[in-house]
Amino acid sequence: MNDTAIRHTLTVNVVYLARLREAFGSAGEPLQLATATATVNDVLTALASRGGAFATELAAGRAVRVAVNHTLVSREARVQQGDEVALLPPVTGG
Amino acid sequence: MAVRVQTTDFDVAQEIAALRASDPRVGAVVTFIGTVRDVNADAQVLQMTLEHYPGMTEKALDAIVVQARQRFDIYDALVIHRVGELRPTDQIVLVAVTGAHRGAAFDACRFIIDYLKTEAPFWKKEQTPEGARWVDARTTDDEAVARWKTDTTT
Repeated sequence: MNDTAIRHTLTVNVVYLARLREAFGSAGEPLQLATATATVNDVLTALASRGGAFATELAAGRAVRVAVNHTLVSREARVQQGDEVALLPPVTGG
Repeated sequence: MAVRVQTTDFDVAQEIAALRASDPRVGAVVTFIGTVRDVNADAQVLQMTLEHYPGMTEKALDAIVVQARQRFDIYDALVIHRVGELRPTDQIVLVAVTGAHRGAAFDACRFIIDYLKTEAPFWKKEQTPEGARWVDARTTDDEAVARWKTDTTT
């Protein structure tokens, strides 16, 4: 094992859907976190800290659900290097 | 069992025929068809765009159908949901369920559409004379799905 390869950052692929895609002006982006381990909450906090639409849409109490690799998860769920982390506004199909 | 997400329209008669084809056990077929209304929240709807999250949407629909089959005594279920641009009177969604008897088939059909409306990643954007707007989620949809979580009779 090569111990020099220990990771000190974590990059996830964030996906913005529907209203959030329009509010952020982007369908998604790679997001690098400056920690080796992180939760969904850490991803949301990093995005909200940018201010503007990110702060407004991701403020506490806003109904945004998060899916990691296509499965809905809680804010406490861990994210791994390379995960697809999607931000979903309330769904309105059917 | 099948779920499909597609831009094209569907033919209900053809889908039902395929679903119950050569299955002599089937004594009941229940369908729900959702269509585009020309009015929503007091505004005229000229056109609607339905968006989804490819990959996750199919997975979520599959999970709902699996749950329905575990919970109700049915033989098969089909869900077709359209995406893209739709106009008033267009068909949006088809849920079709086969079973031996109507009771379980009705329940399973309603269960699937109730869960679809609150769990499956689809979003509607309406074009109205005042401009475009994303449709808000309805609390009545949450109430409909909550009923299945407390109802232990089935």
